[in-house]
Amino acid sequence: MSVETTRSSFLRKYIFSTDHKTIGIQFLFTSLIMLGVGGLLAMLIRLQLGWPAHYLKEQSLVHRGFLILEKLLPGGFPSGSGIMDSGYYNMLFTMHGSIMIFFAIIPLLVGVFGNYLIPLKIGAPDMAFPRLNMVSYWLLPPAILTVCSGFFLQGGAAAAGWTAYAPLSTTLGPGQVCWIVGVIILGTSSILGAINYVTTIINLRAPGMTFFRLPLSIWALFITAIITLMATPVLASALILLLLDSTAGTSFFLPAGLIIDGVLQPNSGGQVLLWQHLFWFYSHPAVYIMILPAMGIASEILPVFARKPLFGYHSMVYAIMAIAVLGFMVWAHHMFTSGMNPTLGTSFMLSTLVIAVPSAIKTFNWLGTLWRGSIRLTTAMCHALAFVSMFVIGGLTGIFAASTPVDLYLHDTYFIVGHLHYVLFGGSLFGIFAGITFWFPKMFGRLLNERLGKLHMILTFIFFNAVMFPMFILGIAGMPRRIYDYTQYAHLAHVGGLNRMMSVSAFILGAVQVIFIINFFWSLFRGKPAGENPWQANTLEWATSSPPPHGNFKAIPTVYHGPYEYSVPGRKQDWLPQHVKG
Amino acid sequence: MIPQFTKILLSGWTKGIMLGGCLFVPTTAWAFGHSGVRVWLPENLSIYGKSIDGLFYLILWITGIIFALVEGTLLVFLFRYRARAGKTATYTHGNNLVEVIWTVIPAIILVFLGFQSQKVWSYVRGNPPPADLEVQVTGEQFAWNIRYPGTDGRFDTEDDITTINQMHLPVNQTVLVHLKSKDVIHSFFLPHFRIKQDAVPGITGHLWLEATQPANVEIVCAELCGLGHYRMRGFLTIESAQAFQDWLGSEYGDSH
Repeated sequence: MSVETTRSSFLRKYIFSTDHKTIGIQFLFTSLIMLGVGGLLAMLIRLQLGWPAHYLKEQSLVHRGFLILEKLLPGGFPSGSGIMDSGYYNMLFTMHGSIMIFFAIIPLLVGVFGNYLIPLKIGAPDMAFPRLNMVSYWLLPPAILTVCSGFFLQGGAAAAGWTAYAPLSTTLGPGQVCWIVGVIILGTSSILGAINYVTTIINLRAPGMTFFRLPLSIWALFITAIITLMATPVLASALILLLLDSTAGTSFFLPAGLIIDGVLQPNSGGQVLLWQHLFWFYSHPAVYIMILPAMGIASEILPVFARKPLFGYHSMVYAIMAIAVLGFMVWAHHMFTSGMNPTLGTSFMLSTLVIAVPSAIKTFNWLGTLWRGSIRLTTAMCHALAFVSMFVIGGLTGIFAASTPVDLYLHDTYFIVGHLHYVLFGGSLFGIFAGITFWFPKMFGRLLNERLGKLHMILTFIFFNAVMFPMFILGIAGMPRRIYDYTQYAHLAHVGGLNRMMSVSAFILGAVQVIFIINFFWSLFRGKPAGENPWQANTLEWATSSPPPHGNFKAIPTVYHGPYEYSVPGRKQDWLPQHVKG
Repeated sequence: MIPQFTKILLSGWTKGIMLGGCLFVPTTAWAFGHSGVRVWLPENLSIYGKSIDGLFYLILWITGIIFALVEGTLLVFLFRYRARAGKTATYTHGNNLVEVIWTVIPAIILVFLGFQSQKVWSYVRGNPPPADLEVQVTGEQFAWNIRYPGTDGRFDTEDDITTINQMHLPVNQTVLVHLKSKDVIHSFFLPHFRIKQDAVPGITGHLWLEATQPANVEIVCAELCGLGHYRMRGFLTIESAQAFQDWLGSEYGDSH
């Protein structure tokens, strides 16, 4: 362990820091910027879908905007006309998905909260491998730059969807190759981080911090790290094979007889479906990488503001484990229509339906936590409640897609887009907002403004639903996803109005995020000083100053209780910190 | 100064903006509801579409009821158990009996849905019924090549009939479709038949169709296949057996 208490240079302290707190905050700023970039790409997607046919009048504001965009991102506009063509649209949703998943949601949940909270919450002075931790952050900027560099290359950025299905992905230009290389770098970063988390949680728990006294957020991050360790190497291997197919002329995923652009390809012996199996073997567990930490955050915040112990702590832990194990057995539910043997579809349908059970258990236990509580609606609590209510929709709509016959119709339609946004925005992102609001005072020593926070929360909640809920209706109407112009299809002739309403809502949703940015920076410098324990919470991070010093604790605390001892009868205070005897 | 300023600015504004936001959704929903367009499942034309729709509605009812119960309970709890002076929360860590109950009930519902789904799945994707007609569909960037076997009933012979993006099928006959792709993955999607199947290079996929009434509908490509993916549209005409034979004859005349 390297706890350097000597005064260190600016470079050591803020840039190449090995302090888990600084690394967590580095992840926070980097991934919030990428969340903004991904959001702006979503605005451009909605611009096209709201006004798909010839909306660009010469010299109109939008047209001029596109001319500027064309200069900024030359690779994106090969036509030089200032009009968004279908190639650019394919690039937009590919990069929106990739950036949001790889550079926003995963780093925010795992990079930020994992790094910042694990040592503090288990009572450790730092991570087990601080230098490894630093490397895991410093792999992120090169990964981002590599993936996004495609925008400036001939042919533009990756445009095969975030799933990069072969053979389409192997036929595209250098932007797609950059995407593959960048995601390999990011995977390496995730693996290094995960090794660190697992080692730290197993070895560096404070005296008395048994596994079943760990806060749920730490349980969630622990299991997430194990999933990452088991799944991400598979993605990395698959990406290396894809890279070889794209650049070295190998045939792992390319069968004989392909005719691309009228030219017979020399490949033979590859299997197209192999890529999908390998990709989803990682990417379905990755869905749980993106939701389990958010579940942990919600399980952490609900007891604090209901002033009540978490309902069913043990079943919550077992539910996370069950989700993790089952999460490795459901990947091919993304492939019911892929040409895979239908009998295989049956078994993946059954495992997928079964995984809904632990998710249901978690939801009911959250409700149980609220039952006969004393609920305080702070901004963090509102975001956590938004997480619970929106995750319910994400989970329930998953049942439609899990049922193989219904999926025959709904697969690759907007129903799926709605489902995944209810899980990843309604779930993960509200969990992230809850976590940032809750731990901001610990990170920066000042509270976020509650009024601005609530304004941001309620408007985000409303316009999120206004954008995403109609997606289910579009999917039911048969609108395919990843479509540049849906107006030509007769059965979609009447969905334009709904799409425009969604686009307007999306622009407002985007604009509303400015409130969050203002609140964040204003509170950073002018917010109310937080003190050690502004929420009167029990876990160990609240037993040290805000922000905590290098080394976290003056003396390593001893743990006497579980993390959720609220409203214990016979006590004057309604909270009982983990490190306080009594 | 800034805190006071934001306070004054926001005291009236916050409520106004929140109210405006709350009104936005019902207003647009109302306007949309009164615009006279119905955005829902397209008309069903296939023999198995009814079973798939039935399953869809079954899941819609079950999940709808669960949704209302869960969100309703959440709202009731938020109101009933809001923090009030002199009231403290109940100290409890849970209850094993309710854990068992809310594990077993969802499990039973999901297993039930699994069985219901499996019935329809083996009907639609299991061994197809004996075919009256076989058709080969080959996807390429960005068109559907349709091939009929001609009078000898065999593919890849002299008398094959080929068309591009034009598929005709006789009504009330079982059709077996062989799906292939020349280049990248495409997905053969017939919204009005509730069926979708990827056309994968290197693999020949199969699906069967039976139309219940004459109609003119479209074939959608549902898997991203490149620049022209959005315009990879085919046309499917379902007509009487006689009209189909006439069309086939005229196509044969055109191509030979």
